[in-house]
Amino acid sequence: MRLAVLGAGAVGRSVVELAGEYGHEVVAVADSSSAAIGANGAEPLDADTVLQRKEAEGVVGDADPDDALTAEYDALIEATPTTLGDAEPGFDHCETALQRDRDVVLANKGPVAERYADLRALEANSAGTVRFEATVGGAIPAICTIEDYGADTVEAVRGVLNGTANFVLTRMAAEGLGYEHVLAEAQDLGVAEADPSFDVDGTDAALKCVILANVLTGGEPEFSLDDAEVEGIRNVPGSALELATEEGQTVRLIGEATRDTVRVGPRLVPENGPLAVTGTRNIVQLDTGHAGRLNISGRGAGGPETATAVLADVGRLE
Amino acid sequence: MTEESIEPEATPDGGQTGAYTVRLELADEPGELLDALQPIADNGGNLLSIFHERGNLTPRGRIPVEVDLECHPDQFETIVDALREAGMNVVQAGREEYGEELTVLLVGHVIDTDLSNTLERIQTQSAASVTDLALSAPEGTEDVSSARLRIATAADRTDDVLADVREVATEKDLHVIEPQLDRGDA
Repeated sequence: MRLAVLGAGAVGRSVVELAGEYGHEVVAVADSSSAAIGANGAEPLDADTVLQRKEAEGVVGDADPDDALTAEYDALIEATPTTLGDAEPGFDHCETALQRDRDVVLANKGPVAERYADLRALEANSAGTVRFEATVGGAIPAICTIEDYGADTVEAVRGVLNGTANFVLTRMAAEGLGYEHVLAEAQDLGVAEADPSFDVDGTDAALKCVILANVLTGGEPEFSLDDAEVEGIRNVPGSALELATEEGQTVRLIGEATRDTVRVGPRLVPENGPLAVTGTRNIVQLDTGHAGRLNISGRGAGGPETATAVLADVGRLE
Repeated sequence: MTEESIEPEATPDGGQTGAYTVRLELADEPGELLDALQPIADNGGNLLSIFHERGNLTPRGRIPVEVDLECHPDQFETIVDALREAGMNVVQAGREEYGEELTVLLVGHVIDTDLSNTLERIQTQSAASVTDLALSAPEGTEDVSSARLRIATAADRTDDVLADVREVATEKDLHVIEPQLDRGDA
């Protein structure tokens, strides 16, 4: 398939790099200020050239970013940063592609979490299809598993969906260190951003759970971030982890989506149970109606990991 | 750091309050329910909940009522006797079955916000029993500390208990770290 990749962060760059390996061609790449478009908007770009220019000059090419939207792609890869509320400009990008009857594959959580019904309405009037496996749990096949089982037969989905928060809690428990200390360490390692609030306040995990809730209900009722009950990990002191450990338990930032509620917060879980994944690892746990519980764990973030989920979606569109 | 185990609050006479369930069969007559509750209140019982199965008659044509109450163990017999004296048909009376144990962490100014009041309110609001308490206050009792509570309750009450814990905690500006309850098969 011919792909246009919007967003040249870790995920977008990895999609550009790996697309050829999956038998796809990238005909357009855009970041916030520039674009590279193949000849006639339809010829494949050379991935190395684009990626080297991005690294050396901070731009992907000489074209206008908007031109990427009008290129001759089969599927638009929306990998721009997640925005809340109106989810712009990501939502506009999806709208343009769907109005042109092209498929859309999202790594950007905004449109699926904040405007699920709007997005599905656009899809209903388009020959294109919307997919968004990469928005939840990185490389973990969460959404396609729910779809395969049948959303109606899945009662609840929960898990550890933010690697940064999980890294911090894991280190605090293992080393007996305080929150601020471990956070600074995580920032040094590149596990946490300079502004970690999106991760440690639970927003990122909540967006993923909102998306899962929308998949469970099919958008009726529709969930957005405002419907989620969210608490982060800033208020978890070392003393709490110590008391948990004494009882063979630990604390994890657990997000849970059902057809009625979305909740994210620090929870006590058995230290050796499936939800107590360590480090930046994620886990998605599905409660199914007929097949008991399913646990899928793996890498929940990272360029190649998330690009793998994006390209798996592209494969499903073929 | 301080750490200690504290027994649930004892009553002045050394006994502990407990939660009890009484099943009554009432005649379908006006005022019958009120008459049944009076002896409980008169004898120091604290009503927790009343389940009045109106419309669901017993084979003898009476209405089953389930009353959950809290009192000292020695008061309980007095209450049951008083009910019988008042002409009530007491079909079952006994201590509440606490089949479930929950562990909850409270974080914040746990000690400064009257810990014993916190525990007492959790016990009375929820018909639950705090069976164990551990504290960790590495920065001293006036700073942020953590408390681990083990709460025994009936299996079908866990959600209510957690809701009550959240309510008390919110009021006292404490954070609750709830257990991730295992509702499915592991």
